[in-house]
Formats: sequence, C-alpha cells, structure tokens
Amino acid sequence: MNIRVQRENGISRLKMEGELTIYQASEIRQELIGHLADCDEMEIDLADVVEMDTAGCQLLLAAKHEGLQQGKSVRFVSHSQAALEIIDLFQMAAQFGDPLLIPAQR
Amino acid sequence: MNMEQALQTYIEESRGLLEEMEGILLRIENEARHDADDINAMFRSAHTIKGSAGLFGLDAIVSFTHVVENALDKVRDGALEISGGLVELLLKCCDHIGLLIAAVPNGNGELDAAQAADGDALLAMLRRMLGAEPAEAAVPAMHEAGVACSGGGPLDGDCWHISLAFGRDVLKNGMDPISFIRYLSTIGDIVSVVTDDSALPELGAMDPESCYLAFSIEFKSEADKKTIEDAFEFVRDDCKLRILPPPSHLSAFVERLEHASGNTDMLGQLLIEAGILTDHELEEALAAQARAVAADCSSRPSIGEMLVKEGVVQKEVVDVALEKQRQIREHKAQEAKFIRVNAEKLDELINLVGELVIAGASASLRARRSGDVALLESTSAVSSLVEEIRDGALKLRMVEIGETFSRFQRVVRDVSKELGKDIGLEISGAETELDKTVVEKIGDPLMHLVRNAMDHGIEPAGARAASGKPARGTLRLNAYHDSGSIVIEVADDGGGLNKEKILHKAIEHGVVAPGQALTDQEIYNLIFEAGFSTADKVTNLSGRGVGMDVVKRNIQALRGTVDIDSEPGRGATVRIRLPLTLAIIDGFLVGVGESAFVVPLDMVLECVELPEADRRLAETRNYINLRGEVLPFVRLRDEFEIKAPPGKRENIVVVQYGGQKAGFVVDELLGEFQTVIKPLGSVFRHLKSISGSTILGTGEVALILDVPALLQLGVARDGQMLAHERDRAGFGAYEVSADLTGE
Repeated sequence: MNIRVQRENGISRLKMEGELTIYQASEIRQELIGHLADCDEMEIDLADVVEMDTAGCQLLLAAKHEGLQQGKSVRFVSHSQAALEIIDLFQMAAQFGDPLLIPAQR
Repeated sequence: MNMEQALQTYIEESRGLLEEMEGILLRIENEARHDADDINAMFRSAHTIKGSAGLFGLDAIVSFTHVVENALDKVRDGALEISGGLVELLLKCCDHIGLLIAAVPNGNGELDAAQAADGDALLAMLRRMLGAEPAEAAVPAMHEAGVACSGGGPLDGDCWHISLAFGRDVLKNGMDPISFIRYLSTIGDIVSVVTDDSALPELGAMDPESCYLAFSIEFKSEADKKTIEDAFEFVRDDCKLRILPPPSHLSAFVERLEHASGNTDMLGQLLIEAGILTDHELEEALAAQARAVAADCSSRPSIGEMLVKEGVVQKEVVDVALEKQRQIREHKAQEAKFIRVNAEKLDELINLVGELVIAGASASLRARRSGDVALLESTSAVSSLVEEIRDGALKLRMVEIGETFSRFQRVVRDVSKELGKDIGLEISGAETELDKTVVEKIGDPLMHLVRNAMDHGIEPAGARAASGKPARGTLRLNAYHDSGSIVIEVADDGGGLNKEKILHKAIEHGVVAPGQALTDQEIYNLIFEAGFSTADKVTNLSGRGVGMDVVKRNIQALRGTVDIDSEPGRGATVRIRLPLTLAIIDGFLVGVGESAFVVPLDMVLECVELPEADRRLAETRNYINLRGEVLPFVRLRDEFEIKAPPGKRENIVVVQYGGQKAGFVVDELLGEFQTVIKPLGSVFRHLKSISGSTILGTGEVALILDVPALLQLGVARDGQMLAHERDRAGFGAYEVSADLTGE
C-alpha cells in the first residue's frame, strides 16, 4: 500500500494504491491518524485499491467516524471495483455516502 | 363408549387434574418457590378441564376455568407474580371447579345461587388480579428479545433472518466475514444486509486487525437451516450466529412438529427433528442453561425459555413444540400407566382365582394320592402358576397409599389455619401399597385421627415455644409393611397424652375400676373406648367424645387393629395395622386332632417342637423358655375344646404380631397352604379367635386363626407376662422362618 498525499487549503487528498487489507491495516491506521490531524478536510481516492477486506473496510469507516468526531469531513471518492464490491456486499453505501452518518437504520 | 361413560371418565379425570393442581399449589405455598414445570402443569390441567368441558357443552365450567387458565397463563409468562394471595385464590378456584364438576351429573354443572355467587366473587377477584398487573412485564415478546442488531426488524418478507456477530479475532484467524456472506449468496439470495458498526471504536483506539462488525442478513433460500448453518461452519466457534426461519417456514415447522414421531419427549430433540434447531444450537442452549443454573441455583430456566431468550427460535414455534411435547408425554404416561378397568370385573377375576386355588389344591391332593409322578409334576407346575396368577390378580387391586396421604396436605393446611396453628405435614412411605377397598375405607378414620392430632395433639405456638419446641408443629403420616400387614402411623410432635387425665376420666365413666393396675399402653388405648374425650373444650373439629371409638370400630371392621403410643411432652403416635388383602393369603396349615387350622404365613416366625420337659410343665403354666426368652403360648386343643387326645409329640408355632410373640401348641405341622378366605356367616360374627374359613383340597373346612385376637387372649390370661418393652429387634428366629416360607 502506498499513500500519496496532496495538501491544498487545509484539504488533504490521499490516494491509496495497492491492497487495503488486514496485512496493511496497522500501518494505514497510523498514516490516517497522522494525516487527519494535519488537515481540516480529507478526501481519499480509492481508485487504485486493488484489494479490500473487512479490516480495510472497518478502517475506512473508523476514519469517517473519526473525522466526524473532529468536525472534519472525510470523503471517499473514485471507488475501485474491489472497494465497491465490499461496500456493496455489506450494503454500507449509506453509511459511507452520507456525511451525517446516521447509524444503521433501514 | 357412550356419552354417559365418556362424561364419567371426564369427571374422574378432572378430579385427578384438580388434585394435581391442588398438590402443586400447596407445594408452592409450603416451599415458597416454584419452577416453570409447576406452572405449566397447572396451566395444562386447567386447559384440559376447560377443553373437555367444552366437548360436553358444560358452559359453566368452561367460562369459569377459562379465567383461571388466563391467570395461570399470565403467571407462566411471568406477567403475574405468584403470591400467597394468588395461591389462596387459586386453591379456592380449584374447589369451585370441583363443585362445578360435582354438579355435572345432575344438571350440566349448574350450581345453586349461593355457590354461583361464590364463583362470581372468585372470578371478580381473579380478574382484578389480572387487570392490576401490567401485561407483559418480565419476559419481553419475541421481537423485542430478538436479534441484537441495529435495524432490520426480524422476519420482513419471507426470508431467513440471519444475525451474525463475529468474534474479535476472526480476522486474525484468517477468516473474513466477506467470504461467508459471499458463500451464502451461492445457496440463496441475499435480500439485504445490515452492517452494524456500532461496536467500532475510534480510529485511535481500535485494533485494526480485530473485527468489530456485526451483520443481520435477510436471506431468501430453499435450503434448510442445517445447510445455512453449515455455511458458517468454520467460524461457528468464533461468532454468535442466529438463524431464524422465514414465516412461511414456521407453518411448515409447526406441521412437522405436529407429525413428529414421538420417539422423544425432549424439547430440544423435538425441535431438531423438525429441523428448527440444529445440534449445535441445542448444545449452546444447554450449556447456557447449565451456566444459568450454576449462577443461580434457585431458578432453572427451561430449555424452551433459553432458546427464545437467546433468539434461537421463535416463541410461537417453541409453544407448538411444548404442546407437542405435552401430548407425547401424556400419551406415554397413559400408555405406561393406566387402563381403566371396572372394579367389578376385577372382583370377579379374584373370585375366580380363589376358586382356582381351591380346585388346584384338590387336584394336587389327588395327584399325591395316586402316586403318579408325571401327574404330580404337572400339578405342581400348575400350582406354582396358580400362585403367580393369584399374586398378580391381587396386585391389580393394590394401590399406593400416597394418593390418600397427599389429600391430607389440604386438610392440614385448612385445619391449621382454622385453628390458628402453624402445622406442617410430613409424608413418608407413600409408595406403600395396599388393597384398594382398604384404601377407600381408611380415609375417614385417618381424617379423624389427623384432625384429632392437630386439634388436641399439637399445642398452640405459645405453649410450644414455652417447652422449647419449634413453633411449627409437625404431623407425620407414615406407612410401611410389617409381617403381612400394612401399618399406617399418624404421629404428632405435640404434648402427648395425659395419662392421669385419661385414667381419671376412665374411672369417672366406670370404664376402669379404681385401683386397677394398667400399663401405660392400656391407659392410652382407653381413649378408643366409646364416649371418651379428655379435651377440656369442645371445638367443631373434635372433642365431642365421639370418633375415636368409631375409628376403632371402622378399623376393626377391616380386620385391623389400632393402638397409640405417647411420650409426655414429645407427642403421640397412632398406629393402625391392617391386613394387606381381604381375599387370599398364604397360610400355614396345622392340625390339632382331626381339625385343621390356618395361621397366616406372614405372621409365622418359626416352628419348634414342644420338649417333653416343657410338656409336663406346660400342664400348669402357659409359657416356655425359648432360647432364654419367655414365650407365652395358647393351646389350640384347649382353646377350641378338641376332645381327641394329644399325639406323641406336640409342636409350637411361634407367631408374631405387632411386636408381640407367642406360640400356638398344635399336634401336626402340615405346611404351607394357599388360603382363600371365605368369610364366616353372620351367625359366627361374635366368634373371637377365628377370622374366617377356607376349603382344603380334600373338601374339608379349615378355620383361619385370628392371631391378634388369640394373642390378646393369651395376654389377658398371662397378665403382664408379655412385656411390650421387649427388645423387638432381638429375634434370633428369622433363619428358621426363612426356611419355613421358602424365601
């Protein structure tokens, strides 16, 4: 996993490349914590995520929660097929897509 | 079976059910605790009474019992707490249902106005209780207890509802929920997944390699529960899995349950058989049950409750399964326990067996005389079979005394309330069997003795405390077999009998002459004389001086005896001794001159020859020295005035009855003999010392000795010789008697 960061007016744009799985989870978490602290808004590009598992998905969710807690918007954009599949399988589009993050309620 | 008979059966069954309910209620009251089985049993009883009453169109019973059933249902659901008040009320309701049922034969269970008013009052009280309690308090309904998951109300549409909470470590173990959910989609359609991330901690606090997600999945599939469960086989130990079948399956389950084979009456097995529960789920539930019991010994949640609470199975299904379980059990119980037989048919059978025994004896005798070995062999085979048939036939009439005893639970409860005393009833020997006719006739005398003991025997709480006894008095009912009789004891731990008072009263009434020397035992037994009551005050229970003599008469009519033991300050024990059967006994045949007599074999201890030295001495005294013990005896020759001179030898048959030993001097010992008791005609009613007659194989008549009466005669003659404090355990004679009876 490789994360490239662009900063612009307090907005950090992260581009994740490679696998987003349990094997990288620990490392990615550290990075996410760091980047989130440094910005007011974060946009994460998932286009090049080639593989994602539950751990990865959880991590993204946690980042979203964290952002919400710090009053910072955390967005995920350009989901790759791998990412979409998982989000679709878990039917979590609502949880991710809605910045207000209403707790799961159909 | 015509309606009349069916109705009779209903009445009998309902009485049985009511007794059962009453028993449970009393137990609940006594032990101040109950379990689900008790409540279920009561509910079922009420339900059955109501249901069957409906069949016969007994509307009064239906409408009354319906309310009782409702109340019990509430109790069962935990919505209504069982309290002393409710028990009291339910007991009264049982009584009222009993009244309604008793009124069935004459006029469709309608009661007179006063009784009907009582019934309405009871109903009103019940309804108040039902209304006062908030509905659905303790156990929440299924959909609330259901799956711990945000959103996803259970059972939307016709889907399986799967709830899946993964353990923290599944990811680390190389398992990923994704693969399981993907696999699911190969055996059916995943309609919706709700992912619950509420357990997800903050980014900073989370362990990125742990799993925090839980899912609830609506799943459409034709697969059975087992297949679905198998999809999660690899994470089975690592996740909390609940699979609820779709509503359309419910009816299928219910149907399958209803057609279950009936091989098992275990709830869990039933559910597995119907495909509702999987083995794994049952194991988990059983383990959870065991944990619950370990945590709180006082309550034992039923497996059905556990399954519903854990959300494994819907409540509706469990209810159906419980009903099925009840049916199976009932069926089994009926199969295993009873068939109803008309008592007349039984009596007829026993009469026939009696004739068979006599005819068999005659056949054996002829065979013996003919000297034909083969014939002898076959007749002896026949007689041993006859003996078995006889025992079997007599056993048919034997019932356990427990049922009679347990009726007294209620009596003791009510009477103790009436008297304002705290009295508990202890029952032992409930499994002791005795003849049904005897059981029927023993109820009244027992009732009298019990009431008497409670009224006069057990002191008021104050007096008890003063003499250092526990405030709660104890009444004991005990039964056991003892040398061919059944002994029933009514014991209390009260003040015991007042010897002086009894003696004083006896002299006053002229029953005893002043200055007459009496043993304690004799004094105590005076209370069985007519018109004797030492109670200082007459209550409406007892104390009127009628009763104890009636008790004695009733028991004597059953060829029984009654006596009383008392220890001042410690209590009194009334002991009733009754013959086990009234029809056929094993006898021991003895000869005196030309005459034959039968001694009930159960009472025979041993036979010894009367030694020459004693024979001479015996002219002047009526006892011998038997291995260092004084053995009083009765000469049957003198007793029955048999003219024929004694033979060269004489024998003593040693008998025992009620702790007393004595001997009968006879000429010949003729051996065991199956004895069919033929009652003596009323002409001989006043004859003491003979209790009946029987017919020998030769057609001759032999008289059956009334051992208790003869013993009393012996005692009366020999004064105090029979010291009753003789060590009862010290019989060295059992080896001999064992040889004798061939046991």
